[in-house]
Amino acid sequence: MIPEIGHFALIIAFCLSLILATVPAWGAWRGNSVAMALAPSLAVGMLVFVAISFACLATAFLQDDFSVQLVASHSNSLLPPIYKFSAVWGNHEGSLLLWALILAFWTAAVAVLSPQLPLLVLSRVLSVMGAIAIGFMAFSLFTSNPFARLLPGAPADGGDLNPLLQDPGLIIHPPLLYMGYVGFSVAFAFAIAALLGGRLDASWARWSRPWTNIAWGFLSLGIMLGSWWAYYELGWGGWWFWDPVENASFMPWLAGTALIHSLAATEKRGLFKSWTVLLAIFAFSLSLLGTFLVRSGVLTSVHAFATDPARGMFILVFLAVVVGGSLTLYAFRAPAVSSRVGFDWVSRESLLLCNNVVFLVATLTVLFGTLFPLIVDAMGLGKVSVGPPYFNAVFVPLMALLVPVMGMGPVSRWKRDNVSRWRQQLLIPTAVAVLCGITLPLLHAPYNIWVALAVLLSSWLLLGLLQDFWQRLRNASSTASGVKRLTPSYWGMVIAHLGFAACVIGIVATSQYSVEHDLKMEPGDSRELAGYEFRFIEVAQVRGPNFVADEARFEVTRNGEWVANLNPQKRRYLASGSIMTEAAIDAGLFRDLYVAMGEPVGTDGAWAMRLHYKPMVRWMWLGAILMAVGAFAAAADKRYRRQRVATKASSEAVLHGA
Amino acid sequence: MHPVRKQRLYLVLFITLFSTAAIGLVVYALRGNINLFYPPAEVVAGSAPVGQPIRVGGMVMEDSVQRSPDSLAIRFKLTDYEQAVEVVYVGILPDLFAEGQGAVASGVLNEDGVLEATEILAKHDENYMPPEVTEALENSGYDQDGNAK
Repeated sequence: MIPEIGHFALIIAFCLSLILATVPAWGAWRGNSVAMALAPSLAVGMLVFVAISFACLATAFLQDDFSVQLVASHSNSLLPPIYKFSAVWGNHEGSLLLWALILAFWTAAVAVLSPQLPLLVLSRVLSVMGAIAIGFMAFSLFTSNPFARLLPGAPADGGDLNPLLQDPGLIIHPPLLYMGYVGFSVAFAFAIAALLGGRLDASWARWSRPWTNIAWGFLSLGIMLGSWWAYYELGWGGWWFWDPVENASFMPWLAGTALIHSLAATEKRGLFKSWTVLLAIFAFSLSLLGTFLVRSGVLTSVHAFATDPARGMFILVFLAVVVGGSLTLYAFRAPAVSSRVGFDWVSRESLLLCNNVVFLVATLTVLFGTLFPLIVDAMGLGKVSVGPPYFNAVFVPLMALLVPVMGMGPVSRWKRDNVSRWRQQLLIPTAVAVLCGITLPLLHAPYNIWVALAVLLSSWLLLGLLQDFWQRLRNASSTASGVKRLTPSYWGMVIAHLGFAACVIGIVATSQYSVEHDLKMEPGDSRELAGYEFRFIEVAQVRGPNFVADEARFEVTRNGEWVANLNPQKRRYLASGSIMTEAAIDAGLFRDLYVAMGEPVGTDGAWAMRLHYKPMVRWMWLGAILMAVGAFAAAADKRYRRQRVATKASSEAVLHGA
Repeated sequence: MHPVRKQRLYLVLFITLFSTAAIGLVVYALRGNINLFYPPAEVVAGSAPVGQPIRVGGMVMEDSVQRSPDSLAIRFKLTDYEQAVEVVYVGILPDLFAEGQGAVASGVLNEDGVLEATEILAKHDENYMPPEVTEALENSGYDQDGNAK
């Protein structure tokens, strides 16, 4: 019964999305305020029904209702309850329902949290989001119904969740990632609404900025969790593979980064308006493209589920409609929203422009590398794959170009600055950064030129921020009042840029300094790695809730002193019989020690073992967290709320005046 | 020239230069960093290049896996049930690597027609098969279990 309720609720939500996409849009076109005023309640209603539908599916999973096909093939009665819950989105149908749920959530959030928006704009925005919801709910209902039953012939027990997905990181990775992916639909909807209305001003940018920041922050967290999960769960210690699906999440992030910075220029100076709109369309299109790549199974990837060509076709058509439709609209209306504001070349605007060019080019090169195998295949030239060397060769130089500009950004001024002021401001940071770049890598022999470069770039970034911070405080009457005057959006910028610096250091240090050994070890063997002594004591049998495992016991010492006990496992899951590697990691701010088991080798109890020493690998993920925190802090800025009070006051003034 | 036009001119020049550099970088990076996929039959027929990175995929042949007693070296055969390619690899294999299962090996073919693999990819869940392997099997006219269609 419960799955049928869920199915029914999804159908109702689908109908609501149909109304939401048409009636308020019609109202906005004809100036019918009754039709427009329906939009917020329709949006909330849509959320309620999708949530009911999702809750029903979750209940079916938690109650082990194996007559539902999805539960039967992706869950098992032995599965711990928390994984039964996360199994809801550990498969194609359920993850689509999660997509729809989060889209409905964002739509309702815009409806509820935007009383300052003029009704005309709000109804257009919500209609656009309703139209996107139609696409996704139709996809769910017509090609991948999560509530399909297996009647008669429900199995006694389910086929189990893929053991790779039975992990705490995977409980929150997809929801956070989708919050980011789908969050760009808000920026997209604002952009389309502006094109429809033909009006795009500073207040438009002020409305879409906090939404874009929050979506981008969630996307950063989602990508970071995915990378962290791959690191400890896939058992080979890698944290980024340039896998097509990783790229699928990374491209919207890159485009979103460009969008955030171009929105800043649009809000503060009314610049790059039509460009900002294009970026918003671009970022969301890339999110959809990512969904297509993941869900259609056209690419070989660890994320691909068993595939069905009909699904791929559906998303491809949907993608074509969204991208084609919005670009056509853009072509017709962009002249109406373009800006006529000039700026000097030596100014913050041109630095932001550099940011945009770099991020756009980075997005396009990643896009090209990801789609290249598909293009070649479609032309019948064979099956190729584009490996990490391509992406590293293209991406790393681009980021290295970006950082010098990034360090100058905070100290620069809007509209017109002058070179001599920059020179005077940046003299000390340059000197100190060069000094850091030369000296700090000396701490780790042998001297590594790439690490020196990374230290140089990130300390340049850090010192640029410090210089600006100091300037701001120096002009205040006292330090306390100066600090108090700094806005959350300023802090957000500082934190996010610091996060980027931490990322650069972490990525380069761990890539350059990591020591990795795959070797055969017998119980009692010892191995020295980067000054740490790894001693393999024994292998023991252990039992978990739904698996049995061989557990290797390792003791790690340094100069005779105990450092950690590491117990990696080789698990065999009972329901599916699949084998899984569980790595053991001793985490630290400056180094990770990582042990994973391969397979038994030979007859004398020896195992293949993977020993890694990974310096500063945590900095990368800490950096990503800082970036997300920065984005959220910036979105919390008072000026996005102050405006509401101001509009209210002015509308009241109008009322009183009348 | 009008200042706004002048600015636009510089902008266009800047973007052109930058994207030219980027395209150059892309072309340079693509050269030598793409590897073509070959089914075993084509490798045996000699259409795969020797000494260049390629990928070969198929089913791991039953009873073909041999391990070295004192190192992590392993030798096995990948087959599309028509022909088989010998693969050598040193390192830890993925968890789902097993005889009778699909796998993709990337590496360099040596003079003796043996693939010296640097990376082995196995499928990552029970029901999933790398698309290339599926297609290679389709072309050879066998299903995953080696039964002729």
